[in-house]
Amino acid sequence: MFMILGYPAPLMFGQLLLGLINGAFYALLSLGLAVIFGMLNIVNFAHGALFMLGAFVAWGLLEYLGIGYWVALFLAPLIVGVFGVLTEKLLIRHLYKLDHLYGLLLTFGLALIIEGLARNQYGSSGMPYRIPAALQGATDLGFMFLPNYRGWVVLAAAVMCLITWLVIEKTSVGATLRAATENAPLVQAFGVNVPRLITLTYAGGVALAAFAGVLAAPIYSVNPNMGANFIIVVFAVVVIGGMGSILGSIVTGFGLGIIEGLTKVFYPQASATVIFLVMVIVLLARPAGLFGKAA
Amino acid sequence: MEISRRALLGTAAAVATVPVARRARAQANTIKIGVLNDQSGPYRDTGGPTSVICAKQAVEEFQSKGFNVEVIAADHQNKPDLGASIAREWYDREGVDLIIDVPTSSVALAIAGVSKEKNKVHINVGAATSDLTGKSCSPTLVHYCYDTYMLAKSTGGATVKAGGDSWYFITADYAFGQQLQKDTTAFVTAAGGKVLGSSPYPFPGTTDFSSFLLQAQSSGAKVLGLCNAGGDTVNSIKQAKEFGIKMRLAAMLMFVTDVNALGLDAAQGLVLTESFYWDLNDRTRAFTNRVKAKTPNNWPNMIHAGNYSGTLHFLKAVADMGVAEAKKSGAAIVERMKKMPVDDDCFQGSIRVDGRGMFPSYLFEVKKPSESKGKWDYFKTLVTTPADQAWRPLNEGGCYFVTA
Repeated sequence: MFMILGYPAPLMFGQLLLGLINGAFYALLSLGLAVIFGMLNIVNFAHGALFMLGAFVAWGLLEYLGIGYWVALFLAPLIVGVFGVLTEKLLIRHLYKLDHLYGLLLTFGLALIIEGLARNQYGSSGMPYRIPAALQGATDLGFMFLPNYRGWVVLAAAVMCLITWLVIEKTSVGATLRAATENAPLVQAFGVNVPRLITLTYAGGVALAAFAGVLAAPIYSVNPNMGANFIIVVFAVVVIGGMGSILGSIVTGFGLGIIEGLTKVFYPQASATVIFLVMVIVLLARPAGLFGKAA
Repeated sequence: MEISRRALLGTAAAVATVPVARRARAQANTIKIGVLNDQSGPYRDTGGPTSVICAKQAVEEFQSKGFNVEVIAADHQNKPDLGASIAREWYDREGVDLIIDVPTSSVALAIAGVSKEKNKVHINVGAATSDLTGKSCSPTLVHYCYDTYMLAKSTGGATVKAGGDSWYFITADYAFGQQLQKDTTAFVTAAGGKVLGSSPYPFPGTTDFSSFLLQAQSSGAKVLGLCNAGGDTVNSIKQAKEFGIKMRLAAMLMFVTDVNALGLDAAQGLVLTESFYWDLNDRTRAFTNRVKAKTPNNWPNMIHAGNYSGTLHFLKAVADMGVAEAKKSGAAIVERMKKMPVDDDCFQGSIRVDGRGMFPSYLFEVKKPSESKGKWDYFKTLVTTPADQAWRPLNEGGCYFVTA
């Protein structure tokens, strides 16, 4: 059999693909974080909780209203996005002029409250959420058995990342947004409603987290800790990619997924720490991150 | 901020009463029980609030025998350092006489140490490592109703017997998973089987097992041994199904609560071992009927039942000795517990000299959805192993105070 580094090739290809799948979640989540940080200067620690909330909303829509996966994929981000609008208007807005630390503390507290409420209501072992009928089953790729749903996750995440990047970098809305980040009073002088723009940006970033949550629901059980498991890694991804860099978070998200996947073969004990090792090395060599601009 | 003199005096007066209140709480005539477990993480539903409910149920049913009983609870978050500091606080300042439950083997070993140092009773129900009655045994400790040896013997032994002679392990990389893998390996190799490999993964925090599942599959082993617990086991089994893993699954530690989370669709046909099931007999059903209204979404598993039975057995021993005598020494209470038979609606048996609870173990098979008649009707009994055969023989544990 064809071997790579002493391991059978099919196994290695399988691991690369799995890394890409996990990377898709990292990319989607860190993208939302990067958008929020880049535009609002808020380190959104509630991101993991909102990811979890997305999955819970999808589960609730099915459980209580009989609304299925495909509708939930649009509806859940919308509902969580509205929740994002409320938190931005009522809470986060008051912190823009203060140090980053206050935003971090507020959103961290928010995350604890959201997760605590979910845990009290639903316990910690999680609720099953079925894979939609159209994506059940698996495809034999020769080197591995790929569940169709996982393939869909990579595709959906990649498309969503591309759309977000295009909107921010290539459209007039994105241009206004970037301008407002650079110099808000000037943009406001041109008649743009900057506070509303910022609210919508936060809602957009939050909706991305909820979208990832719905994608994750059929893979992991829907449980209150699902966001907490991801959030620290995702922050490392954002730091490695360069705080606030859209492209950086996408590329780094997928890349680190692959690195983590390979570590699971060679030395599984280190799979939780390898990302932080990369982070240390990157920060030593390029303190602004791989794609970040030095301040 | 301006502080008025009155407010200042008021605060000072309030602060002054706090130590008094604390001392008052550690009264001579009150036995205080602390339930210490995971209230918020992956092991919340296998222990958590339902364990507290079951311990309180025991106190309620015990009735007062001339002393008061108080139950408190805390979350150790599966962190040994946090658990140990709560235990010290409880023993030193809260006047706690018994710490019960304590899942997560790494935390359990820490609490066993603190309890021994303070000469206080620790009844471990939630943790699995067989070291608690082996090389880490203690005269103030009782390990109640399951351990890695008993799981390995029952589930592992049955799987090898059914033709599963080559194994690959997916293992939570800490005291519990390692010990469970070690104990299972011993049974597999003793029966002529082979272990082809293992993937020890970081705990807690791993949610994606697909990489390990593919490695297991490519090892060519017939059996996939899952040396993990709670949400990790649930995720492993779900993902094994998703990736079409054709190996025989052996969930080395699985509870009725995990089956509930997984759903019968995914769990059917799995075999697993517990020492309690709510539908075993009239007494277990009677117990479950008494508590289920208090925990409607999480019916008792063996850990929950063990918290009930352990609390009850402890209180019986204290009543037998008298509170004044019992307060003097945790080792003496445990000594008394070992002399008295355990007999309640959940468990009947005894406590062995090394602290091992001696009860039968049951190998269950998870029912098909069509066989299940209702809510929580999940298991059929395959094999009952009597108490004298279910556990590691006394002379093999290496407990230092056991003299042959």
